[in-house]
Amino acid sequence: MNSQLTESILSPEAAVFSEVVPAGEPFMKEIERGQVLRILDLEGNQAVDTLFYSAANAEERYSATDTIRAQGRLYLTTGTRLLSSEGNTMLTIVADTCGRHDTLGGACSAESNTVRYDLDKRHMHSCRDSFLLALAEWDHGMSKRDLSSNINFFMNVPVTPEGELTFADGVSAPGRYVEMRAEMDVLVLISNCPQLNNPCNAYNPTPVQVLIWDEQ
Amino acid sequence: MSDSSVQQGTWDETVPAGAHWSGVLRRGTTLRLTDLEGGANVSVLLFNYEDRTERYNMADTLKGQHTAYLTKGHVCYSDMGRVLCSITADTVGWHDTVCGVSNAAMVREKYGEASYQQFRNDYHRNGYDSLVNELGKYGLGKRDVVANINFFSKVTADEAGTMVFHPGHSRSGAFVELRFEMDTLLALSTCQHPLDPQPGYRPRPVRLTARRTGTASLEDECRNACPENQRAFINTERLFI
Repeated sequence: MNSQLTESILSPEAAVFSEVVPAGEPFMKEIERGQVLRILDLEGNQAVDTLFYSAANAEERYSATDTIRAQGRLYLTTGTRLLSSEGNTMLTIVADTCGRHDTLGGACSAESNTVRYDLDKRHMHSCRDSFLLALAEWDHGMSKRDLSSNINFFMNVPVTPEGELTFADGVSAPGRYVEMRAEMDVLVLISNCPQLNNPCNAYNPTPVQVLIWDEQ
Repeated sequence: MSDSSVQQGTWDETVPAGAHWSGVLRRGTTLRLTDLEGGANVSVLLFNYEDRTERYNMADTLKGQHTAYLTKGHVCYSDMGRVLCSITADTVGWHDTVCGVSNAAMVREKYGEASYQQFRNDYHRNGYDSLVNELGKYGLGKRDVVANINFFSKVTADEAGTMVFHPGHSRSGAFVELRFEMDTLLALSTCQHPLDPQPGYRPRPVRLTARRTGTASLEDECRNACPENQRAFINTERLFI
């Protein structure tokens, strides 16, 4: 794995926005071009399911396939350009003290929980429920159609050279963070994952902190 | 498309190189994709025809089956925990799920300009516009272009995640069969894989052959490949009770 960790020079005191997102809650906010977004894993090994949309036109959105194809690598870290479905750079990862983030594992849903764990897990809280409620409250006509393959910050989903996909224990720890600079005006949509059935978060969803700095 | 035929309950046609196609495959129908010349790539998106907000979901497909690629025995999951189709035969062994499709800028940069005005139907097409084109016929659009399957293409990743395209993976005559477990809208493009290192614009044609085969038995290989698939089949069959 890539272990080139990159620390940020930004101080939390200078942030123009700071909010703790509890486990199992969504978060949605517009971020202006030039602003820097940090997601901070407060207690370690949390999965932060994240989608981005162009603020000007939400039909243009984060594309996992374009992002990994353009960089020729499956995992995201410092230097990764998060590309849109139209091939434009939405954000660039500029600091990362975790080292590796997933974009293949997607988000949990009531329905996928029935498949992955058991038919009676349908009624457990899931990322897609958080996403859908956030989109409804945002009230700009966005819906399930706008939910495509997301980023899972701090999550470790290794693919072997033989093509096996596994959910490994997290590589994050308390206080680790990832930071990205917006290259266009974007909407960020986060579900701070409530999953209780997966060892990736040690079966213990925890809060994360979102910080934003103005253009430096 | 040329040489369409319907005979004795079967149907087949050739999709030319670099073209796009869409159609509805009913539950209990099996579609064979055949690589006619070798080196084909078929980018596919799948939707529940009854409710087109239900669609192929790459992440759920991979997570449920603990795989990053598709081959015989695997199924294609929708985002609603159901099976759109099962891969019941495959002479290729690896179909890519993570690389997406080419777009207009990429094709222009890689292969140069080739407009319709100049080249007529040999003009350069790209995967993204091709899929948007087909989806538009059903009231769908850019919002519905999600991570797709690239049949016949193989891309592996090393321990660091660095991806490698395997040229010559699919030979002439290679085929893969999809048995549909619900009425499914399928949109496809035969444009080149976005990581195909070949310098020239050289997409390949594929043959589509569909026939009635019935649905998955209780002993079916795809159903029983893993407990996740068994549960996804239960979810699917509840649609048809």
